[in-house]
Amino acid sequence: MEKFAPIKRGEDGQPVRYLIVDDSVFARKNLARMVETFGGQVIGEAGDGVSAISEYERLTPDIVLMDITMPQMEGIEAAEKIVRDHPSARIVMVSSVGYQESIVAALQRGARHFVQKPVKPEVLYEVIKYVMHDDGTTTRGAGAGA
Amino acid sequence: MRMELIQPFINSADAVLAQGLESPISIENLSMEQEAYRRKGIAAEVNLTGEIEGRIIFDVDLGAALQLASRLAGVEVSETDEDLVREAVCELANQIIGNSVTTLNDQGFHFRVHPPTLHTSEQGSKSSEDTEALVMCFNTSSGNVFMNVALRYHRRRTLESAAVAG
Repeated sequence: MEKFAPIKRGEDGQPVRYLIVDDSVFARKNLARMVETFGGQVIGEAGDGVSAISEYERLTPDIVLMDITMPQMEGIEAAEKIVRDHPSARIVMVSSVGYQESIVAALQRGARHFVQKPVKPEVLYEVIKYVMHDDGTTTRGAGAGA
Repeated sequence: MRMELIQPFINSADAVLAQGLESPISIENLSMEQEAYRRKGIAAEVNLTGEIEGRIIFDVDLGAALQLASRLAGVEVSETDEDLVREAVCELANQIIGNSVTTLNDQGFHFRVHPPTLHTSEQGSKSSEDTEALVMCFNTSSGNVFMNVALRYHRRRTLESAAVAG
């Protein structure tokens, strides 16, 4: 997997902390591998929307990568509940289902961005940089794909 | 089954498999299923409900499943890592079907996709007059990947019923 210039938090220069939510263990591992190449740190994982909410409360990550189609509670509903209690939460929806309606619904309910599966690392990298920019996030070294 | 319904699945499988395996894919065979579905390798099933209803079975030869799992995991996956290989097949099914559903939804069909489940029985139910099944075989450098699509237009049937009643 290609290497990227690390994305650091603007406030303290520490690695961006991620919560990865997907019902597929495989997809979670794949995303975890990807964000580690961005210099990120995976601090938690969840397999459904209900666990995502409790893990968010417990860990307060910098970014949540959230699948849409999941058992128990779907990603859009979980995102809405998290943002309702934590308006500054940064949630990026990551799903294979990327039709206009679901993207609009996710954004209306508080998600910051949307990435369609299969995820291209360079696309996710740019999205993370964009979503983190309000934090004054920095990238060290060369740009994406370096 | 009409091509407008099938084409998104072909396009999506072609794109996702080619990206996953990093090699070209060809469609070797396309046939209507008359008999009950017989599983060929590691299979995942995805159900759809709404204006289009039915199920799609994504069935992968072991060789192709191992290569796909290795590619996606970034490490060599062997036959002993059964759970990982099954997970990989489910995730691929999710990606292929999710991408197809995106196209169909943008064409105006509204329906819900349920999370993929492993299709473990050797044989599935027969297709019916209402739910035709189309089987596509994708030839890859590591083996065959089959996609069995059995869907029906719920909206069309509803509209036709309304027209007859009216």
